[in-house]
Amino acid sequence: MWEMAKQRDAYGEALVELGRERDDIVVVGADLCGSCRVTNFGDEFPERMFNTGIAEQNMTGVSAGLALSGKTVFSSTFAVFATGRAYDQVRQSIAYPELDVKIVSTHAGITVGGDGASHQMLEDIALMRVLPNMKVVAPADYHESRKATFAVSENEGPFYLRMGRSSVPIVTEEETSFEIGEASVLKEGSDVTLIGTGIMVSECLKAAEMLNKQEDIDARVLNMSTIKPLDEKSIVKSAKETGGIVTAEEHVVSQGMGSGIAQVLSESDYHVPMKRVGIPNVFGESGESDELMEKYGLTAEHIVESAHDVLERR
Amino acid sequence: MPGLEESRVEELEEIARRVRVHIVKSTHEAGSGHPGGSLSATDILTALYFEIMDHRPEEPEWPKRDRLVLSKGHAAPALYGVLAESGYFPVEELMTLRKLGSRLQGHPHVKTTPGVDASTGSLGQGLSIASGMALAARLDRESYRVFAICGDGEIQSGQIWEAAMFASHNKLDNLIVFLDRNKLQIDGSTEEVMSIEPIISKWSSFGWHVLEINGHDMDQIVDAVDRAEEVHGEPTIIVSHTIKGKGVPFMEGSLAFHGKAANDEQLETALKALGENDGGDY
Repeated sequence: MWEMAKQRDAYGEALVELGRERDDIVVVGADLCGSCRVTNFGDEFPERMFNTGIAEQNMTGVSAGLALSGKTVFSSTFAVFATGRAYDQVRQSIAYPELDVKIVSTHAGITVGGDGASHQMLEDIALMRVLPNMKVVAPADYHESRKATFAVSENEGPFYLRMGRSSVPIVTEEETSFEIGEASVLKEGSDVTLIGTGIMVSECLKAAEMLNKQEDIDARVLNMSTIKPLDEKSIVKSAKETGGIVTAEEHVVSQGMGSGIAQVLSESDYHVPMKRVGIPNVFGESGESDELMEKYGLTAEHIVESAHDVLERR
Repeated sequence: MPGLEESRVEELEEIARRVRVHIVKSTHEAGSGHPGGSLSATDILTALYFEIMDHRPEEPEWPKRDRLVLSKGHAAPALYGVLAESGYFPVEELMTLRKLGSRLQGHPHVKTTPGVDASTGSLGQGLSIASGMALAARLDRESYRVFAICGDGEIQSGQIWEAAMFASHNKLDNLIVFLDRNKLQIDGSTEEVMSIEPIISKWSSFGWHVLEINGHDMDQIVDAVDRAEEVHGEPTIIVSHTIKGKGVPFMEGSLAFHGKAANDEQLETALKALGENDGGDY
């Protein structure tokens, strides 16, 4: 089986390397610096690390001020606070003036686990993808989190980079290139396409294997690590070539990646059957990550079921 | 204390008078805007751009310039008036305020207007932005200063106090804030809507160096910044007592002109009061 690692560990390590390469990189945190893995950066570059305490709105504004002064800013806290608590600050102070601030959240999604609904951010993709000027990236695993950290630093302007709390399977290769706005094909296939983002990419791969073994269904798997801008070309190509789409995300199905893909398809020439796997429009609850994934419909089995639905409707 | 030469004070007051004319005319032309809070902040802005700040209108992005964050972004007409008088853009352009395609948006926007240092308008956010700028100056070992102007009603916003804590914790002595204490907000007097007093002890207890001045007195404005410069290890807030609508008698102390422009008749009266008898066509 796959090796496991935390996305945020990769982020923290990449940040230190970035700090060595560029002295205009600064980091702002809001008390959760250890949880977000930015303390190593702070240890090595104390003068470039700022902690606002439990004050995410100020964190966001301070990040804007630093960016207006020529810095590339990494602003990190839990997804629920980064995008929810400080939404107006992100909108007015960062997205509107299009500043070079990378809002990097950890602890996104239901796999936060025991903390419960208050901390399980399931709406952040929706909040960020609707904002003009904001780009949204959700890496699949450890390797992609590292690459995405470098990639967002090289692309000027506001980004939302979304990561989780838990260790997740490493499903990509260390060496493969990573481009913002480009989906990668992790498995070729011709019967149906499974499009995952973030930690759901590994569930898509599992689902593809199950479909193949049990019923000889040849599913393609796409890793949609950039949610905005969406790789429309890959989406339409897959619709055309496989005739059906299943999307999977650790987010409410309304207004997430799947919604974005549905929008792309509905305006394309390929109105193929589609099914979105994700969390219904409800709040989460406390529990173990795997229990929550099961209860809220986020496992490979759910993806397989959705693939059947799509195939039947074709 | 030497203070400003009397003739210099007169020069600054004449510039401020012209800025007030710009405010009244541009908001009248737009048919909307916030003349009251623009007029109360006019003398502070004039003193900043014509006496205090080191800046280059011909090079708006000059990296070593002093910065100004107009946290009370609805006073944009005053900022635009001062920027136009400084030469950042033609005075005639002021009449495009709030119009489609204009570089002069209803609230300041860093991407459209030369000389604007931060996008503001959603109250409570500017002090955090200014704090980030002050941190960057220190990090880059630059000596530029960061000024911010906050509204008095604005300090009801929680983020202001997050930033207040942050600036004093980080000893941002290159940050100087003017609090435009005009005593009114859109729903009434600040003390009726949500009392902000005692202001002085609040900011002192947050670790700020606090000064108190008449915000319409050029000498006091300039002197307060001089005194702020002498303080090390603490940010300074200059509580500036002002009159909402200052300079236009029927707007002074008036709630009605917080967010409403003068009509044709009122414009004429206002211009007369401001000593602009020719109607002042641009």
